Amino acid sequence: MAGSILQDTLIYLGSALVFVPIAKKLGIGSVLGYILAGIAIGPFVLGFVGKEGEDVMHTAEFGVVMMLFLIGLELNPQAFWKMRRTITGLGGLQVLGTIALLFPVFWLGMAFSWQASLTLAMAFAMSSTAIVLQTLKEKGWDRTASGRASFAILLFQDIAVIPILAILPLLGRQVVAVNNHSSGGVAAWLSAHPSLAIALAVAFVFIISRFLIGPFLRIIARTHMRELFTASALFFVTGVAWIMQYAGLSAALGAFMAGVLLANSEYRHELESDIEPFKGLLLGVFFTAVGSTINFHAITAQPVTFAVAVPLILLLKAVVLFFCGRFFGVRGEQGWLLAILLSQIGEFAFVLLASAVPLGILDKPQGDVFMAVITCTMIVSPVLLFLHEKFLSQRFLHPEPDPDYAVNLDEHQRVIIAGFGHFGSTLGRFLRANGVEATILDNDSDRVTLLRKMGFTVHYGDATRLELLEAAGAGKAHILVSAIDSPEKNLALQETVHKHFPHVEIYMRARNRMDAYEFIDRGVNHIYRESTHASLEMGIDVLGALGHRKYTVRRKASEFIKRDEAALFRLARTRHDKDTYISSVREEIEAQEELLKADSQFREDRPDNAWDKNRLRG
Amino acid sequence: MQSRRIAVLLFHPRFENSEANLALYEAALASDGVTCRDMYELYPDFQVDIETEKVCMMEHDVIIWQHPFYWYNCPPLMKQWIDLVLEYGWAYGKDGNKLEGKYIMNALSSGGTFEIYRRDGRNRFTYRELLSPFDQTAFLCKMKYLPPFVVPGANRITPEDLEKFATHYKEILAFLRDPERDLDSLDKVEYFNQLTPQSQWQEAYCRTR
Repeated sequence: MAGSILQDTLIYLGSALVFVPIAKKLGIGSVLGYILAGIAIGPFVLGFVGKEGEDVMHTAEFGVVMMLFLIGLELNPQAFWKMRRTITGLGGLQVLGTIALLFPVFWLGMAFSWQASLTLAMAFAMSSTAIVLQTLKEKGWDRTASGRASFAILLFQDIAVIPILAILPLLGRQVVAVNNHSSGGVAAWLSAHPSLAIALAVAFVFIISRFLIGPFLRIIARTHMRELFTASALFFVTGVAWIMQYAGLSAALGAFMAGVLLANSEYRHELESDIEPFKGLLLGVFFTAVGSTINFHAITAQPVTFAVAVPLILLLKAVVLFFCGRFFGVRGEQGWLLAILLSQIGEFAFVLLASAVPLGILDKPQGDVFMAVITCTMIVSPVLLFLHEKFLSQRFLHPEPDPDYAVNLDEHQRVIIAGFGHFGSTLGRFLRANGVEATILDNDSDRVTLLRKMGFTVHYGDATRLELLEAAGAGKAHILVSAIDSPEKNLALQETVHKHFPHVEIYMRARNRMDAYEFIDRGVNHIYRESTHASLEMGIDVLGALGHRKYTVRRKASEFIKRDEAALFRLARTRHDKDTYISSVREEIEAQEELLKADSQFREDRPDNAWDKNRLRG
Repeated sequence: MQSRRIAVLLFHPRFENSEANLALYEAALASDGVTCRDMYELYPDFQVDIETEKVCMMEHDVIIWQHPFYWYNCPPLMKQWIDLVLEYGWAYGKDGNKLEGKYIMNALSSGGTFEIYRRDGRNRFTYRELLSPFDQTAFLCKMKYLPPFVVPGANRITPEDLEKFATHYKEILAFLRDPERDLDSLDKVEYFNQLTPQSQWQEAYCRTR
């Protein structure tokens, strides 16, 4: 059924709206939800979309490009340089190891030509950046050992795509013109000198990212038109992607490079918040398109190949990943997690196979069946992760605490701390120093293993899941501390606890004032803004360094906090009276303005009579 | 006539370890019409809320400072409270008459005894002499200073004796609350301790109508 753009948009968005919440509810992650939505609307189930799914996929691959741009933004060049060993070492080992293991399987096991076998092995060494990074973010695993290792490997793979694409024509039996840029003089000349084109493209991206985009964005920002800024951000990312692709490089890699170069720019956060929604949406469409393009005819035509290939490839990839991880210090449960996380075949394999078929390396039916294999591994991988989290992971976390650190657990554990990062751990240590043992929920298995060894009661997993809260004794708990890094997770946790354990008092970590408003709206009374206390402590010291008496300043700070808290609750109530359409940035500025106004009355409002001898004279 | 409204302000930096103050405070909590406030719990950071405290003072007729007698004096938060709440122009000085006619007293626990707190004793001064700053504070604020109540030897006190002091404290609270009693004539009494439960002292202070 071919339809208009409007109709397609309706189908894609609608199916996502139906399937993704269901998938989330079942705890299997949004990626699988999108893919299932794709299968449902695809030609083999409901038939809402036909073969054009592939075109949609090419458009939606742009989501991956944007994702890499955003990742680049978070990594400044220094941080990237620090990771170079892990990227080349771990990533290189994984790619070469997988190729070495898969090549004989295809060549000897399945009797393909050596060229086809090598192509398949190289293509299947790739893992899905889109799926894995989305999962890492969703589960909050970005900072775990397996998360970092995954990131390094994926980055290496994205780079490795370029030489692999370059090798493919050499393996082909038919000589096909790869570059069809026959438009003009310069273009033709450049395509005749690919290495020069690549160097020029990289230099060009480097120069605009480093020197031109900053002043350009400054001019745009001065127009005070938000949509213009968004447009320039999109223009920039698209432009970089196009240049890199034109030069025969990976668009994703180009975007990543531009991101890294802009990581230190003052517009980093603006760019991030502008690109983020597009990325999310396009990635969703990409996964849906993956689902809709599964060729079930190809599967039924060669069922044996298919049935053997999928589990075998997953297994071999996982084995290579497990041992590579082990070699680079990702051990125990994290090693298993890494193996499962990256065991699927990535979206780049689509690109590689798509170019291998016209080169005559593979024939069309073979191509189709392996395309289906790729998709299938993508579907299976979230399921494996789900099973891993549900059953496998618990077995690898030492259940027996080390007797050296044994503590008296007689006291009924009435406090649960969700999230044992920087914030939660300080709190937990303080409670423990005062003889209060809290039950801890955390989703970093390395940390869980350590904490269990130290005698803490720790439950591993996503704290927002009801079963985990039940297992941690939320039914009997008195206080739950929500100290997760991500505000969204804290919100979700609050919702679950409020609904299922209404007797539990929630103590909420809030990043800032805006988060605090959100919590106040939901009826949370105990809100602790990270920004408040440390910032005022610093204020006390700064004023002290300027010659103010420290005790006076400390008294002022206490009063300031009290007033600020009062203002927080007051503004939380009134902010809904205003035009709800104003953007969050605008809202924040307005809140600032009101606070500053209130502060200006701080001194006049309440005269400080304490120990004031002037009053006695008058 | 209405009962007098009593507020017990407990100042103890380590209340959890004090049997004597716990016994007294529980006696106060169990008494009718007595507002009990655990000040170190209310102001752990010493940021006394002046407005709240002024309202509390206005709403009560009798204020009792209950505290240990560390170093012949009150704990620091109580001094902080006095410094901050009893403001010029409100409690004393020009137009400072908001506390006029109210009663105030110290109920304290002490490691020493009456024998030690004597001119010829180890501490050289009596409790009354050492409490004179509070007496004078009350005077400056136009309040009437009631005789103090002392739990002596509080570090080694037996539970039985403590029980007696708690009962005595309860009686004092009930006495202070009763509008029929003439508190003004208490100025001849040195300590509430001298008025023992057995002596039927309360009848002596019945207001002559």
